[in-house]
Amino acid sequence: MNWITNYVRPKIRALVQKPEVPDNLWEKCSSCGQMIFHRELENNLRVCPHCGYHMRIPARRRLELLFDDAKFKVIELPEVVHDPLKFRDRKRYSERLRDAQAKNGADEAIVVAHGEIGGKPTVIAVFNFAFMGGSMGITVGEGLLAAARLAVMQEATLIVIPASGGARMQEGILSLMQMPRSVVAVEMVKDAGLPYIVVLTDPTTGGVSASFAMLGDIALSEPGATIGFAGKRVIEETIRESLPEGFQSAEYLLEHGMVDMVVRRGELRDTLVTIISLLRDRTPVAEVVPLGEGKKGAARKAEPAVEIPPAPQTGKAAGNGEDKSAAKAPAKAAADDGAEAPAKLGEGDAPRK
Amino acid sequence: MHNFLDFEKPIAELEGKIEELRHLSDDGEINIADEVEKLQGKVDRLLRQTYGKLSAWQKTQVARHPDRPHFQHYISALFEDFTPMAGDRLFGEDHAIVGGLGRFRGYSVMVIGHEKGADLNSRVKHNFGMARPEGYRKAQRLMRMAERFGLPVITLVDTAGAYPGIGAEERGQAEAIARSIEVCLNVEVPLLSVIIGEGGSGGAIALAAANRVYMLEHSIYSVISPEGCASILWRSGEQAQEAAEALRLTAQDLLRLGVIDDIIPEPLGGAHRAAKMTIKGVGDKLEAGLRELVRDNGLQLKQARRQKFLDMGQKGLG
Repeated sequence: MNWITNYVRPKIRALVQKPEVPDNLWEKCSSCGQMIFHRELENNLRVCPHCGYHMRIPARRRLELLFDDAKFKVIELPEVVHDPLKFRDRKRYSERLRDAQAKNGADEAIVVAHGEIGGKPTVIAVFNFAFMGGSMGITVGEGLLAAARLAVMQEATLIVIPASGGARMQEGILSLMQMPRSVVAVEMVKDAGLPYIVVLTDPTTGGVSASFAMLGDIALSEPGATIGFAGKRVIEETIRESLPEGFQSAEYLLEHGMVDMVVRRGELRDTLVTIISLLRDRTPVAEVVPLGEGKKGAARKAEPAVEIPPAPQTGKAAGNGEDKSAAKAPAKAAADDGAEAPAKLGEGDAPRK
Repeated sequence: MHNFLDFEKPIAELEGKIEELRHLSDDGEINIADEVEKLQGKVDRLLRQTYGKLSAWQKTQVARHPDRPHFQHYISALFEDFTPMAGDRLFGEDHAIVGGLGRFRGYSVMVIGHEKGADLNSRVKHNFGMARPEGYRKAQRLMRMAERFGLPVITLVDTAGAYPGIGAEERGQAEAIARSIEVCLNVEVPLLSVIIGEGGSGGAIALAAANRVYMLEHSIYSVISPEGCASILWRSGEQAQEAAEALRLTAQDLLRLGVIDDIIPEPLGGAHRAAKMTIKGVGDKLEAGLRELVRDNGLQLKQARRQKFLDMGQKGLG
């Protein structure tokens, strides 16, 4: 089922090149109120051509926009306990979950995929806000851990793209525990000397913003995205005054030093290509090495610089030394046959204690 | 005079009677010892009955009880030479989180925790235990300092949550909490936490990603307050009782879920009836945990701590 929905179906769709025609051919911009023809909106990456407002986009679309040639492989999320608390409010959580799955044609609020960006191995974990507000429960936490393990195994950059209201209340304390768990995922990638990039999209709040989302080596954001810890209503009720214009917007965060840059959706891929290249192609490519014969660099000349030297073993990562070489072999295999990669993501591949 | 909770009314009445009798016996010569003893027995029975089966909502009230021992009570009873440290070296000093060096049963440690305050003035000063980014950044600074000197870190958690305000958001409340969790997970010294009252969401986990996490018997620990949960999921704050049950925020449920390591029993009738005994119980449990942890080296402690969180959530309540 998963393989069909996650792999085969998009493939077929890509082949046929004919996205389903929406019932409504015109969509209204929720910011400026202008009507936009659906095709124009899609061509413009769901950014309003009139006011530049960035509408939310589905996880899969996001992946297509970022990976080289829109090619990527989605991994299967690890099986976890569903509804651990047997939670029930006005409705059973298990029902809400089933409804969300049916509505979204997806198992959970996160999609993890791997491929290349600018020719560099990259793992992306992207949230789907339409799935229960992108809320983070056990499966989402496991998804982030799986993404981190895959990045370490493939020596890939990890990009996480949150779009989430926060923790999934219906999983109670176990959703809160995804905060430290997702931070452990981030630390795995950092310890391996690999880049961890966050692209904050609308919205990134609550327990999601207060964990992995704010720990990126580099933090990008889409224009206008709401990013913050506490909800606006909660703050207004607490301080009993209304909030300033643009409060908790991406631009506001930029001004307050919390993100590195605000990047328009259309420029996001190029920005990521540049950043990843700068972080990972650390030496000049062979033909432009301007070192003369007989100098120290001569020996290096023959070696194509595109071959990335292994990440330096920082003091903290030293303990992983021997595991890294072991992990390298499956990583190579995974590059050849990505579909096999998830199968290797068992517990045994977790960074050793 | 005690502050009585709603469900403690029958107990309050009996205790009032005892008080009256004692008053009488002070004046006159009538011996009422027997009568007092009988009433006291009744009170104890009633307390045992009531506190033996507190609902999640009742526990929420007990956890928030104004007479419940706070951080400062633990400090004065358990930590000698407590030397408070102030400021995050970035912006300011946040009194909602107090921290400093102290000597705990012979061990020099860093102790950090939320302080809610005891009266109007101190509550305002401590912002009711709701920390701003400065508080979490101070905690990070102190944890790193402890690591530098190889000192174990003890955190005492008692907060409704991180403060929701404009300044807090401006200065990166989310980043401060995230980084605090990161520091908790990275320090190569023993880290022990006790939820002594309210463990309110992100504001609590920021100090509680620890090697050992204990909870007092009637404390609570939750992703959201019952009131907040009710207003979102039931669209009415009045369903807080129901939400409290659904959230499984009691120490007993959390132990079953494998989220905490142990429960520290409270004296009969809750921590607010016998602060001294409660604090001693917390001290004993911390000492036992600390003795175990100091045997491991820094790297082992860090890795075990991370593994503990990785293992979490494998089982539900069934």
